[in-house]
Amino acid sequence: MTRLPTAIFLGFALLPAAAAFGTETYLLDLFMRVMIFSIAALGLDLLVGYGALVSFGHAAFIGIGAYAVAILASHGINEALISLPVALIAATAFAYLTGTICLRTRGVYFIMITLAFGQMAFFLASSLAPYGGDDGLTMHARSTLFGLSPFKNERLFYYIVLACLIGCYCLCRSLVVSRFGRVFRGARENATRMATLGFDIYRYQLAAYAISGALGGLAGFLLANATDFVSPAYMSWQRSGELIIMIILGGLGTLHGAIIGTLAYSLLGEYLSGLTENWKMIFGPLLVLVVLLARGGLLGLAGQVAAWWRKQHAEPQP
Amino acid sequence: MTAPVLQLEGLNKNFGGLAVTRNVNFEVAAGELHAVIGPNGAGKTTLINQISGLVAPDSGRVLFASRDVTALSVPERAALGLARSFQITSILPGFSAIENVALAVQARIGTSFRFFGCAAAESALNAPALAALDEVGLTKRADALAGHLSHGEKRALELAIALAMQPKLLLLDEPMAGAGRDESRRLIAVLSRLKGRFPILLVEHDMTAVFALADRISVLLYGQILTSGTPDAVRADPQVVAAYLGEEME
Ligand SMILES: Nc1ncnc2c1ncn2[C@@H]1O[C@H](COP(=O)(O)OP(=O)(O)O)[C@@H](O)[C@H]1O
Ligand SMILES: [Mg+2]
Repeated sequence: MTRLPTAIFLGFALLPAAAAFGTETYLLDLFMRVMIFSIAALGLDLLVGYGALVSFGHAAFIGIGAYAVAILASHGINEALISLPVALIAATAFAYLTGTICLRTRGVYFIMITLAFGQMAFFLASSLAPYGGDDGLTMHARSTLFGLSPFKNERLFYYIVLACLIGCYCLCRSLVVSRFGRVFRGARENATRMATLGFDIYRYQLAAYAISGALGGLAGFLLANATDFVSPAYMSWQRSGELIIMIILGGLGTLHGAIIGTLAYSLLGEYLSGLTENWKMIFGPLLVLVVLLARGGLLGLAGQVAAWWRKQHAEPQP
Repeated sequence: MTAPVLQLEGLNKNFGGLAVTRNVNFEVAAGELHAVIGPNGAGKTTLINQISGLVAPDSGRVLFASRDVTALSVPERAALGLARSFQITSILPGFSAIENVALAVQARIGTSFRFFGCAAAESALNAPALAALDEVGLTKRADALAGHLSHGEKRALELAIALAMQPKLLLLDEPMAGAGRDESRRLIAVLSRLKGRFPILLVEHDMTAVFALADRISVLLYGQILTSGTPDAVRADPQVVAAYLGEEME
């Protein structure tokens, strides 16, 4: 159970060494973005995979975190000790406040209302004329930390992102097996039973929603610094949809599946878009195929293949 | 005499045009096992739902330990010590048997806003859970997924979950529903051991079980309490025999 996540993190850690022989900045850039979106995907998997709360406005959390950093930067405030907490608090507060409304609904209504709030954030950002409106906002200086500039050194930045990803993973891992996590998972299994045990599941779901928002905010903070730019497109519903596809692709409710899904989605998209201009014509059906054929996503597929392999190579019984 | 654990005062409930609970006045005394019988559709489950808070009455009051709980939510009532089982098994199928019960313990002791530490490894939760499983004879199946248990085992698990809450009142909605003959006999044995430890409101179709276990029996017909009394008095009541028992007892 812990071997696969360790291997993934080790892979991320060793990549810069391997990349040194080739197109270093390109690869570092690509994998850094994978890790950043993985952080947001972890938060989404927490909701969808463990709570059956299909949030379709998740990109808003990323966008709010990113805008918080960029707006502060445009006013000359670059210190991460200020901008990071602001990004986290803004995304968490947005999640908490919208959560108080979204979590009163269930199923399709929950999907629709989270989508609506996501779109609200998108249009709000588009209308922020002082901060670029539709065109977005360029960050002229990356965040500083204690007055130093760790985010300017691509390698250092890369490892900061990796550390954040590992930290978030451990946090989520701990969360799902904790007392809190057990109640949250129980609410997915049987909400009525949980209520008759004495749990007001709304409070637990709201807390999880806010935590998920915080992870999105962190991803937004890192993304703004990685791209030196924020735009309303960060919050588009397509982005929210991509995040959902990523976690389904990797395998819901496993946490490392969220990372694998993000990695697979990004690399595949990158590869196919290099082959042909109409890559989405291949990409779309391919995703549908994986989701249909492999229940449990790529992780589930790997499990099925491993089981088949073991069966083929089992010692014949005497 | 101590005050009744549960009092229903003038409870009414309509589903559309259908009166399912009609001016029900009803008590469960401290320590007693009070059975409610009546044909299918009489409104027994709806009555239990109104007591546990899943269904709001149109009028009337529910008093639990002399406190008006009519406006309280389901979890609030549970926190006060109201535990129930369901006629249609309601468990967490993806959790192990012991985790199902440990959650009930967790709800009772300490906070659940704890984000670190593995809940499944806490002996403070597992020990009482195991004890409850032991009472219903499920010790050996503690680590099995609840969804994989046999029907009879699931019925027993429902009981263990309710027990682990250490309730002040136990509402049991047809705990033997769908169980085989051997399983039923085992469940009856469990119930007879629970009797006296908790006040119990028992809805049950198995008349042998009801007459063997109950201190008092109320007969519900078309949402109304027809009569209440000791098993002997109810058995002898010509009204009851005509309306219900005649066909049930052959
Ligand atoms: N939620 C509901 N909506 C409409 N009708 C209901 C509902 N729940 C129960 N009923 C109806 O109320 C009547 C009593 O049901 P119930 O309380 O389940 O009876 P019992 O448990 O005694 O068999 C039945 O006719 C049933 O169809
Ligand atoms: Mg019923």
